[in-house]
Amino acid sequence: MTMLPEQAMVLALLVPLVGAVLIALASRTPNVREGITLATATTLLLCVLGALPAILAGQRPGFTLLTMMPGLDIAFRLEPLGMLFALIASGLWIVNSLYSIGYMRGNQEAKQTRFYVYFALSIAATMGIALSANLFTLFLFYEALTLLTYPLVTHQGTDKARRGGRTYIGLLMGTSIVFLLPALVFTWALTGSTDFTPGGILAGKLGHTGMAALLLLFMFGIGKAALMPFHRWLPAAMVAPTPVSALLHAVAVVKAGVFSVVKVIVYIFGADTLASAGVAGAADALVALAGFTIVSASVVALGADNLKRRLAYSTISQLSYVVMAAAVLAPLSLIGAAMHIAAHAVGKITLFFAAGAIYTAAHKTEVSQLDGIGRRMPWTMAAFAIASLSMIGLPPTVGFVSKWYMVSGAMAAQQTLVLVVIAVSTLLNAGYFLPIVYRAFFVAPAAGDAPHGEAPLPMVLALCATAAVTVVLFFVPDVPLALARQMVGP
Amino acid sequence: MSLAPHLPALQVVIPLLAAPLTVLLRRRGLSFALVLAASWLALAIAVSLWWRVHDSGPISYAMGSWPAPWGIEYRVDALNAFMLVLVTGIAALVLPYSRASLLAEVPPQQHYLFYTMFSLCLAGLLGITITGDAFNIFVFLEISALSSYVLIALGRDRRALLASYQYLVMGTIGATFIVIGIGLLYLMTGTLNLADMGNRIGAVQGTRPVLAALAFLTVGISLKLALFPLHQWLPNAYTYAPSAVSAFLAATATKVAVYVLLRFYFSVFGHSQVFGRLPMQEAMLLLALAGMFVAAAIAIVQSDLRRLFAYSSISQVGYIILGLSFDSKTGLVATIVHLFNHGITKGAVFMLLGCVALVMGGTTLARVQGLGRRMPLTSFGIVLCGLSLIGVPGTAGFVSKWYLILAAVQQGQWWLVFLIVLSSLLAVAYVWRFIEAAYFHEPRRDIEVGTTVPWSMAVPAALLVLATLYFGFDTSFTVESATRAAGQLMAGRP
Repeated sequence: MTMLPEQAMVLALLVPLVGAVLIALASRTPNVREGITLATATTLLLCVLGALPAILAGQRPGFTLLTMMPGLDIAFRLEPLGMLFALIASGLWIVNSLYSIGYMRGNQEAKQTRFYVYFALSIAATMGIALSANLFTLFLFYEALTLLTYPLVTHQGTDKARRGGRTYIGLLMGTSIVFLLPALVFTWALTGSTDFTPGGILAGKLGHTGMAALLLLFMFGIGKAALMPFHRWLPAAMVAPTPVSALLHAVAVVKAGVFSVVKVIVYIFGADTLASAGVAGAADALVALAGFTIVSASVVALGADNLKRRLAYSTISQLSYVVMAAAVLAPLSLIGAAMHIAAHAVGKITLFFAAGAIYTAAHKTEVSQLDGIGRRMPWTMAAFAIASLSMIGLPPTVGFVSKWYMVSGAMAAQQTLVLVVIAVSTLLNAGYFLPIVYRAFFVAPAAGDAPHGEAPLPMVLALCATAAVTVVLFFVPDVPLALARQMVGP
Repeated sequence: MSLAPHLPALQVVIPLLAAPLTVLLRRRGLSFALVLAASWLALAIAVSLWWRVHDSGPISYAMGSWPAPWGIEYRVDALNAFMLVLVTGIAALVLPYSRASLLAEVPPQQHYLFYTMFSLCLAGLLGITITGDAFNIFVFLEISALSSYVLIALGRDRRALLASYQYLVMGTIGATFIVIGIGLLYLMTGTLNLADMGNRIGAVQGTRPVLAALAFLTVGISLKLALFPLHQWLPNAYTYAPSAVSAFLAATATKVAVYVLLRFYFSVFGHSQVFGRLPMQEAMLLLALAGMFVAAAIAIVQSDLRRLFAYSSISQVGYIILGLSFDSKTGLVATIVHLFNHGITKGAVFMLLGCVALVMGGTTLARVQGLGRRMPLTSFGIVLCGLSLIGVPGTAGFVSKWYLILAAVQQGQWWLVFLIVLSSLLAVAYVWRFIEAAYFHEPRRDIEVGTTVPWSMAVPAALLVLATLYFGFDTSFTVESATRAAGQLMAGRP
């Protein structure tokens, strides 16, 4: 069966919605419900893949859903970066669903139907972000994603969850309302358009100060990218069940943030416009800001004993790699930014999967408790080790590929600061990941530990799969690389 | 004889005649049926008037065939056609809702009086909106005000009497100011016809009596529309009135008052006079901002949901006035769109709160703990309306906020842009008060759940919630109407 790319896009938006309805209807029969989740996720990936050949062939399919206000459409257009993001999110949703089944049942979580329904809805919003043809549509789905993930973050319903939820909604909605919305309105008032256009739409519309101010409004407004000082929602979101942290706060939500950052820089401002002589300071400020976030978040991660908290700060740091690479503006670093969206996604989801597996099997949450756990959970900790290598940026993992492009881009642009930041942060990454691996495999377990083995099979399968992808993408990075190159232009 | 040319008169006459008939009928069921029919007819008339204005421009209707400016003229243009649709639409939904809601809140022997007062109030609001005569505005203002004092006093809680009395005092002061203002204008222009007044005022522009008239009208109308700090009557009135009354008044009464302000500012005095030569822009801007922030901050610390959303209304009135103080077409679009969007949102909220009160026996935050479990749909509806109050995209509130921010950006008023969005954060805070109460607590065991929500209440409430979402996506009706109305207002034509 061949599918028109437009049809594939419509399906990609509809499938998770339909899935959510079916999941809700099947609430009485958990096995059917989980079956529907898996089937929906698989169908979604197939739909996204259905549009891949057309994108690689250079087509940019799209359609307009409706006109909301005069001149403001809800419209969709698939371009290479969106394709990459959609592929990552939909592909990892399958693995994550598998993992969720093991986790939610293994920990006897309550309200599982609500969990799966909101999960599917969050994925629908993510697809909307990936496919949006203009900033206005992106903003719509961006806000929807914040609201739809709120019930997932506060799933436990405890006081701690409520507090975490407050920080989550307060910072994410706060930044988007206070910074992003004015930036969006301003862009529209200035250009009469919010369409994502290769080369950007702001060329010649603003002076130096205006451009820098607008750029900062956008960057702080996209709070999901967790640029400091608006990063605290991410550690707060760790109160969620681990599958939520894994897919949403390592992949869908945070990647929606950096995806939006790259989209805005490439298709709204235009890399050439930002690099042009008059306004060069704007991007430099962003580089400095992202560099600061990378290093300081890594330092915090170094001192965090709670495993999920350490991973959260590592995520904050890694997200800013994407922002920094995008702000360097050189074609090679833009490719690096796009690649890093993919690389960090598969690596970090593996790490979260491992953290959740440890919690489920051994009920341990702190790094200091992990002595010798590699002997009891060899598969989990091996996957953890591979993903750690990817975070540090060592071969044979995909993290090396993205870092390679980022470094090359920085060299081409002669950005010494960027090189220093990458070097320092690589050391810091090694400093907070390798001790975990060391403890797990080379330190003897503490005496009074209750014996346990690996986590339930679906969880182990899931984390091994994502770890394998981390390695495979090192050897065959063709598809993401091709998409990243297309984004930068011929 | 065709009735079509007389639609402007029938718009007011039908609910006005329904009122005495209910007193004659005296039967609860019959009065209900009569007023229901009247309000649905009124809606049909409003829609057809809107179409006629849309197709062929403003309609002028001479009452009793006495030509303007000597006789009373009813004049329908883009702005009041739009307002008529809002008022009659809300009335048409509140009435079916009221039947079951009244049973729980008002002694049965008083029900026919409720319908009498409701149709009088409706006739008054429609009269204010449709008439082109200044004194007629005052007369209908009093009709709607007196009937709403009675409606509020019908509340079950005895504090409703105090609330009604408070509103009576404030409302009377407001009405007095308005009639003094109108008197001064009559003195100086020699006419009561608004259009005529607008034409003749040029000769006496800037004289002391005209300035005094502007001041009296501004204060009087501001009392009616609950502009901060003249809002004191509103929270109690909305809190203690019967649920159906809260829903109706919250959605319509203050909105019609804003309409009167727009009419006088833009059609009579002329915006270049009001904003250009006098410091009204600064005054309105400051009061609007103060209302937006102070009222929203007060809303956050309320313990009763009705009071919380009542303060939210005062804060939202701030947005509406802020839009008009920009003195730009986009600003006016924001004002007019928000009149409508906020009207339907608040109507929906108060209808849903009426359902909550019916089932849970009250609307304090302590009582609604665990509401998400007990009344999932009602609770979700309140959340959706809350999102519209915040201005989340996909809801009606977002559309108004978009235009408001756009108006500020177009004027280069960056500090205002940030004040607007910061005040939305306060809205997030008070909406989240409800969300945390409803979803992060187990249902209270000690509260007996009264009944289930009857269909006659659930359906109108659900329709308004859906409208809140619908007008967040399809803005062709709201934004186009508002744009035409704003264009006419800026051109100074009544």
